[in-house]
Amino acid sequence: MKNKQPSFYEEVKEGGISRKDFLKFCTTMAALLGLESSGIGQIVKALDSKPRLPVIWFHFQECTCCSESFIRASHPIVASIVLDKISLDYQETLMAASGYQAEEAYKAVMAKYPGEYIVMVEGSIPTENEAYCCIGGKSALQILQEAAKNAKAVVAWGNCASAGCVQAASPNPTGAQPVHKVISGKPIINVQGCPPIADVMAGVVVHLLTFDRIPQLDELGRPKAFYSRRVHDTCYRRANFDAGLFVESFDDEGAKRGYCLYKMGCKGPVTYNSCGIIKWNDGVSYPIQSGHPCIGCSEAGFWDNGPFYQHLPSIAGFGIETTADKIGVGLGVATAVGVAGHAIVTNIRKHREITNAPAAGSEIETPKES
Amino acid sequence: MAERIVIDPITRIEGHLRVEIEVKDGIITDAYSAGTMVRGIETILKGRDPRDAWAFVGRVCGVCTSTHSLTSVRTVENALGITVPPNAELIRNLMANALYIQDHVVHFYVLHALDWVDVVSALKADPAEASRIAQSISSWPKSSVGYFTDVQKKFKNFVDSGQLGIFANGYWGHSAYKLPAEINLIAVAHYLEALEWQKEIVKVHTIFGGKNPHPNYLVGGVPCSINIEEANAVNAERLAMVGKLFEDAKTFVDQVYIPDLLAIASFYKSDWGAIGGGLSNYMSFGDFPTNGYNNPDSFKIPRGVILNRDLSKIHEIKADDPTQIQEYVNNSWYDYSKGDKAGLHPWEGETKLNYTGPKPPYEQLDVTQKYSWVKTPRWKGYPMEVGPLSRMLVGYASGKAEYKEVIDSTLKALDVPVAALFSTLGRTAARGLETKLTCDWALEFFQQLLTNIKNGDSRTMNNDKWEPESWPKSAKGIGMVEAPRGALSHFIVIEDKKIENYQLVVPTTWNASPRDPEGKRSAYEESLIGTPVADPKVPLEVLRTIHSFDPCLACAVHVYDENGSTLHDLKTY
Repeated sequence: MKNKQPSFYEEVKEGGISRKDFLKFCTTMAALLGLESSGIGQIVKALDSKPRLPVIWFHFQECTCCSESFIRASHPIVASIVLDKISLDYQETLMAASGYQAEEAYKAVMAKYPGEYIVMVEGSIPTENEAYCCIGGKSALQILQEAAKNAKAVVAWGNCASAGCVQAASPNPTGAQPVHKVISGKPIINVQGCPPIADVMAGVVVHLLTFDRIPQLDELGRPKAFYSRRVHDTCYRRANFDAGLFVESFDDEGAKRGYCLYKMGCKGPVTYNSCGIIKWNDGVSYPIQSGHPCIGCSEAGFWDNGPFYQHLPSIAGFGIETTADKIGVGLGVATAVGVAGHAIVTNIRKHREITNAPAAGSEIETPKES
Repeated sequence: MAERIVIDPITRIEGHLRVEIEVKDGIITDAYSAGTMVRGIETILKGRDPRDAWAFVGRVCGVCTSTHSLTSVRTVENALGITVPPNAELIRNLMANALYIQDHVVHFYVLHALDWVDVVSALKADPAEASRIAQSISSWPKSSVGYFTDVQKKFKNFVDSGQLGIFANGYWGHSAYKLPAEINLIAVAHYLEALEWQKEIVKVHTIFGGKNPHPNYLVGGVPCSINIEEANAVNAERLAMVGKLFEDAKTFVDQVYIPDLLAIASFYKSDWGAIGGGLSNYMSFGDFPTNGYNNPDSFKIPRGVILNRDLSKIHEIKADDPTQIQEYVNNSWYDYSKGDKAGLHPWEGETKLNYTGPKPPYEQLDVTQKYSWVKTPRWKGYPMEVGPLSRMLVGYASGKAEYKEVIDSTLKALDVPVAALFSTLGRTAARGLETKLTCDWALEFFQQLLTNIKNGDSRTMNNDKWEPESWPKSAKGIGMVEAPRGALSHFIVIEDKKIENYQLVVPTTWNASPRDPEGKRSAYEESLIGTPVADPKVPLEVLRTIHSFDPCLACAVHVYDENGSTLHDLKTY
């Protein structure tokens, strides 16, 4: 059967995509994944020849924002991936079949492709009482454990599956747990954010397809390609922070000029995500650009990290620049470079941070999950 | 003989819901609806800063994303007596309009169309005939023979691969599918186009709220600032993009959605224009203020209740009247301190989980006991249907010209009576007509925003009561929104600057709830009564009616014997 399957390039060609556009897409993806130019060839080859990867996508305690984000993937060809490149054999939001026929769809994948299929999870898993989330009379925990057993890897979409998200916020009334707390012995990729950025989701899928292995992860299981940099360090308003130009109240003169939102509670200094680089919805904007402080939605336990509009604790001493990094230490989220940067002028610190960036993810001390 | 059937999950919806139905001689005679997932967000909100609530409740739903956040900021503003600047109101309207358009188009093509469109049949279509039909009903440019040939070929290759993905195990070939192959092919092409297109209109959220799903909101206004002389604010470029997005949306809705809706409806009107009517009470909280949220008379969508399908009278809603809106838990897995018979106004609402259903894995729920995580709301004791049909009916009954025009012209085009609105098809048609109106409203709001800015008003925030020091010791508030799926309300009690109680009464709570203490069914349950089921193994008809509500939950459907007790032939589907 596999021989009959058209390659990804053949499929997109049918969709009217030229070879030139296809190669352009591969180059963009390589850039997003942080690959050397030699890696582009690998992407082209992989997408050109492989059969469609079977994917089972479950919804547990969630709001479907991850599915919604996924279908927002911005380049047209990325939208094609979700329909054409992977074989999305079970996805409750999109699939035609219901009930028995739906359940059969994922059971068929499990029987036909043991060790080859990917399980993607949207939502957390209640453990206080398994009956807090049931599908087809089975609990989320039962379904996930059964499906993960012979999966090649598990992708935990969003903050719910990666860290429990809003339902795990204090007092976590349903005992909501992320995937990695209830599944062991499988590679788990935590694609963080509430939701993750569409192009980050597409990028993770492309990585799996291209290299046949999971991307490098930081200590929180997040792909380094997208979660190794602080929003603060990639923010286009950073120059205002360095210059001490702050929004003091919403819609004030500073806000109208795009000053830094640190004093309005911005969690950019303690948040690792690609918002400042890739941005949202085809690069249109991201929260800070549209005037709202980062709420830190790609970090575990962000709901309980203090009120959103209370600025991070201020520490006197080395000026604002150092203050932000010390704050990071206080919350256990600073890079080693940042810690060493006390007496180093901004430019040198930034330079080192950039040059050390590939290793930054693994050096991050991570906050305890709730 | 009656048989009991379980369908679980019902897909192409948001969330996890369960409906149980009783079938006799191929007709549904009773139904039970149950939610099977709970998160306890109301409990999590207790003790938090009211200004943060929008972010928490925003995560109730990522499909109708932003709608709970909007409701929440209105709720807190109502409690604290904050009036937002006109531009903030307009930007909130524009964001809500963008959501309506995106959500309704996605519902029609991605969530609902496969109930009416047999995608496999599209393989047999004649592309030349499809092109002729498409050009006869619309001026949408993607309509050439070559275009439909390419779509068909692409889809054929997909089917030939043997990996059917999201189209696997569908009900293809079911006798209830009635569209000619060519219309099926047009619909498949537009399914793919809609999936591509929907990611554009949400950019309105990204411009004003920074991201989508889950854009940012702010108590007192909106987070974005307007400064037409500044790159780092909403300026001429950003505004031009918003204008273009809505213009393009209007084109898509007028040239693709509406013609497709009418074409498909013309093949199903004779039966589905009379099936699935359900309740005869319709409620709209109203929305899209043109002169302030505190002035409901200015809303584009009027507020009110219709009882017994009597379109000559609109009843007034008072959400703060403790006798009007009440929630029951007699059939829901919660405990009330006053006991199961009590109905509580949401300000007094309680959310104490108490699961008493079967231990999973289970085959069936005992519907003589509590059977759902959904509470049961009532207005003056009446069950209410909420959603696009209710809004269009309240608008129509209020005599507003634009509602009359769009409804009457559609009834005339389809050659059906007003009574056809009270049906599964009526619900689906109302959603499309509402989308058309929404496109016009959005362009109107956009022009008003430009006018305000031109006249020198760029304010987007009222900071007067931002600091908690300015708040009273105790406060209570209600926020009312018409979400895409219907009347949505939040209720807050604030004590000492913190949330003391927060309750949400959401559209799907009204529609999908279990029976109340008097045994009265809610909208889903009632609408399934009388629906034919040709083959219980492939209950396409059940999906049509349930999907016509655009559920915000994942569902399960059971079929009982005629007594609702003795089970004859248990089958799980």
